[in-house]
Amino acid sequence: MAYQFDFLPVLQNSDLLLRGALFTLELTAIGTLLGVSLGIVGAVVRAWNIRPFAALFGLYVELIRNTPFLVQLFFIFFGLPGLGLHISEWQASVLAMVINLGAYSTEIIRAGIQAIPKGQLEAASALAMTRFEAFRHVVLQPALAKVWPALSSQIIIVMLGSAVCSQIATEELSFYANFIQSRNFRAFETYALTTLIYLCMALLIRQLLNAFGRRYLSRSR
Amino acid sequence: MDFTFWDIVRNLLTGLQWTAALSVVAFIGGGLIGLLVLLMRISKSRFARTLARGYIELFQGTPLLMQLFLIFFGVALLGIDISPWMAAALALTLFTSAYLAEIWRGCVESIANGQWEASASLAMSPLEQMRYVIFPQAFRVAIAPTVGFSVQVIKGTAVTSIIGFTELTKTGSMLANATFEPFMVYGLVALGYFLLCYPLSLSARYLERRLHASA
Repeated sequence: MAYQFDFLPVLQNSDLLLRGALFTLELTAIGTLLGVSLGIVGAVVRAWNIRPFAALFGLYVELIRNTPFLVQLFFIFFGLPGLGLHISEWQASVLAMVINLGAYSTEIIRAGIQAIPKGQLEAASALAMTRFEAFRHVVLQPALAKVWPALSSQIIIVMLGSAVCSQIATEELSFYANFIQSRNFRAFETYALTTLIYLCMALLIRQLLNAFGRRYLSRSR
Repeated sequence: MDFTFWDIVRNLLTGLQWTAALSVVAFIGGGLIGLLVLLMRISKSRFARTLARGYIELFQGTPLLMQLFLIFFGVALLGIDISPWMAAALALTLFTSAYLAEIWRGCVESIANGQWEASASLAMSPLEQMRYVIFPQAFRVAIAPTVGFSVQVIKGTAVTSIIGFTELTKTGSMLANATFEPFMVYGLVALGYFLLCYPLSLSARYLERRLHASA
């Protein structure tokens, strides 16, 4: 007997999928904001070799980039309470996303900062820019503009990677997918639809980030 | 049951072997299929190109966890009993092939157009051009990013613990539950991945530097 596909039991739960998708987007938004901020700090420290933090950030980057996100998540959620630090499921998920994205964006943004010629900073000070102005307009903005496509890809990877946060019962999209398929036994249909939602979210985030890059990062000539 | 520290380490090492085995299988299988996808992606046929692009977009735009679930439950629908190991190997192979195809496409496209034109003027067939002119040059460019991507494959295997494949992470979860020492156990699990991945990251960086030095 051939299997009959039936998406109706999944579509009947589309409100749950929507709620999960929105929460995934929320987690990604907070994770991106904090993660990229951490990355900017790390990139400056690494690019300008500010001791002793440069070495610490170097260690952090290598540790995070060479271990799986799932293990980082488990370590934070199950391991940290052992040290007396109790955090909720979604807080652990956001923290893991921030730490993970922070490490990757440190390396990505550092490459952008190092690609900026020294003369540009000298020119900025010749124009009587304050150090902060010079940093913002001459270092950070052009650096981010240069690496924006790579950074966008990394943000999308983090969003997709957040699917494993359901494993610590964070109520994001894949959590609701697991929940729905456990009730209607339509595992394949449920995950197929969920996968499609993830694909749409990835495309959406790419568009949003592209628009942000065009609007705020690229120079109007 | 009591676990000594060495019991924990011994069990984790067994899990580590499965992680390594799965990574090798996915990397070799993914490399072979990735080569096919690459040839489609750069072929003259528009249909083949679109198909390859869709394939790459699908695997790069969706979570590995969903790919695993779809294969695990999808193959079961066909009436074939699939073990977590088979599902994990299949899903990771396809995942790897999509990424490698895209990485290698960049390498092939970095070869100057004149090389294609020159070899075409020597009456080489497209396959001969690929085999004798483009591929040997692209290969040199491809080594560093390919080694770098192997780190992503190893880290990707951790997700297979969720469908019940007993690799390093799954072994760690079970040990953490049995010993009530999650901090130490997950620390050791992370160390295990680090020991596998860090040498590969270092070699990727070394290879990249060497390539730029000689170019």
